[in-house]
Amino acid sequence: MSKLLELDHVTKLYPVGGLFSRQSIKAVNDVSFSLDADKPEIFAIVGESGSGKSTMAKMMLGNEVPNSGRLVFDGTDISTIRNRSQREAFMARVQPVFQNPFEAFNPLTRVDAYLFGTAHRFAGANNQAEKERVCDEALQRVGLSMAEIKGRFSHELSGGQLQRVAVARALIPSPKLIVADEPVSMVDASLRMSIVNLFRSLRDELKVSIIYITHDLATAYYISDRVIIMQKGVVIESGDARAVLDNPTHPYSIALKNAVLPPDPRAASAAIRLRSAAAAG
Amino acid sequence: MTEVLDFKPAVTQAQDVLTIRDLKAYYVNDMFGVRREVRAVDGISLTVRRNEVYGIAGESSSGKTSLIKTLAGAIRPPMRVVDGSVNFSFGDTHIDVYAEPEKMKAARWQNLSYIMQGSMSVLNPVRRIKHAFNDFAFRHMGLDRRAFRQRVESHLQKLGLDPNVLEAFPHQLSGGMRQRVTIALATVCEPEFIIADEPTTALDVLVQQDVLGLLKEVQARLGSSVVFVTHDMSVHAAITDRLAIMYAGRLAEEGPTQAMFDNPQHPYTAHLIASLPRIGDVSTRKSLAGKPPSLANPPSGCRFHPRCPIAIDRCSKEVPEMLPSAIGGRVACFRAGEVAVK
Repeated sequence: MSKLLELDHVTKLYPVGGLFSRQSIKAVNDVSFSLDADKPEIFAIVGESGSGKSTMAKMMLGNEVPNSGRLVFDGTDISTIRNRSQREAFMARVQPVFQNPFEAFNPLTRVDAYLFGTAHRFAGANNQAEKERVCDEALQRVGLSMAEIKGRFSHELSGGQLQRVAVARALIPSPKLIVADEPVSMVDASLRMSIVNLFRSLRDELKVSIIYITHDLATAYYISDRVIIMQKGVVIESGDARAVLDNPTHPYSIALKNAVLPPDPRAASAAIRLRSAAAAG
Repeated sequence: MTEVLDFKPAVTQAQDVLTIRDLKAYYVNDMFGVRREVRAVDGISLTVRRNEVYGIAGESSSGKTSLIKTLAGAIRPPMRVVDGSVNFSFGDTHIDVYAEPEKMKAARWQNLSYIMQGSMSVLNPVRRIKHAFNDFAFRHMGLDRRAFRQRVESHLQKLGLDPNVLEAFPHQLSGGMRQRVTIALATVCEPEFIIADEPTTALDVLVQQDVLGLLKEVQARLGSSVVFVTHDMSVHAAITDRLAIMYAGRLAEEGPTQAMFDNPQHPYTAHLIASLPRIGDVSTRKSLAGKPPSLANPPSGCRFHPRCPIAIDRCSKEVPEMLPSAIGGRVACFRAGEVAVK
């Protein structure tokens, strides 16, 4: 079975300190996993801030080069991308969705400009009518339409809508893989589920694989097929999402799971008391 | 026996610390002869009792922050209080926030404090933490420099912080420690009323739980009232005693937190609770269609009706009043109690 994405003992170091006390921290330390090309899935990377999950996203998007190890996407090593045409061919198959849609879209640029630009470059749409048709198609998939978005600025849309526009933009080149870095952490709780459900339908209907990077175990449990849990750059637990999250074995995964506040007042206040008692004792 | 009574007198227990009556605060924009009003707080009445954590939930742009700014008397143009009143009673002192601004100024930080959202943006990045304490709290405490420093240090220790943080710059502390510092800053004068605006939103899950535990502990020790604002319903479940749900500048429902989670009366509350993902449950969660209404041009009647799954004709024509609900709270809905959480 061919692999869509394969990470082979990937390590990324960042230098810290000054001229005389040069050290490096391992942001990502010896991580290996692979996604199958024939079986689209939602692959969750869970961890706190500083666990290296955003560095993973940057490497998978080709924005950072690992210090050792290889990232192979669809048979080609990402670090061998040299020129613009190779880069564009790669970008057409791997697309990002970022954390904060209000920062991802320039407030002074109309939102549709991003869609048209992507349609022009990656979908070969050369005239306005063609661009609009391509964009409308992508917007329909996320439950929006060109009529709602055309000529709007980012502040005129809600966070949930804007994040769906970001997903629609990522869909225009018909990618194989979407790397979503904390896509719902800045979206309101009531709109969060609309984004999460959207990822599910993309996997089922468009056969797109999704790397879902998050610190929220509850949504990871809800949508993902497989999960890896990272702490300080190291994968401490991995496997089938339900199996891992139902019975975590590593102390850190257990702590993370216990930190998820249950949506019930009795259980939640009990969890808080337990945590305070543990911290005090 | 008297000691116990001194600690929690039954009479003060039931006292209302904050009373808001029919408060209306609009952002008024008068430009080129065109008057535009954004009704961020539109006719809200509520009371906060002594020694309770009162939660305010709602989406962004539902007016949560405008409401707490208004009740803290911290509004700036273009925002204006159009109608209604905000009254605090701290022991024997009664303050009408908008009639007596001088009294309010004296009470601020002494009786009423504020924990702000972005701890990094609250603390000046080029000054040490001790300066923040001097700036905020020194003149309200009436102590000399040395006694003040001792008080601050012992207070930090109670919150599990090393007094050395006073000499640190904000960037040297982790996000969780910075948020603890802002909590310490807000509670050092032992205020009777604390407003917390999304204090845990930017924090990691593990740190979030610690900060919530700390806040609850401080609240219980001081016996103060906390108004806790966040859009995260599971945080409300963890910490609040009573909960108010805001939608488009108005209250949709208010009541005891436990009862509201068990048996929500308003369809919006029911939706918010039902959409929470839980570990161990993968059944599909429904999300609400549509988007939050614009406060400059809100829908007629009940503001939730365009997105409401059980709306009837009446909802688009008449504004529902806040009436007592079946679970001991208040609810503004013509079909209150008709929606069940699945």
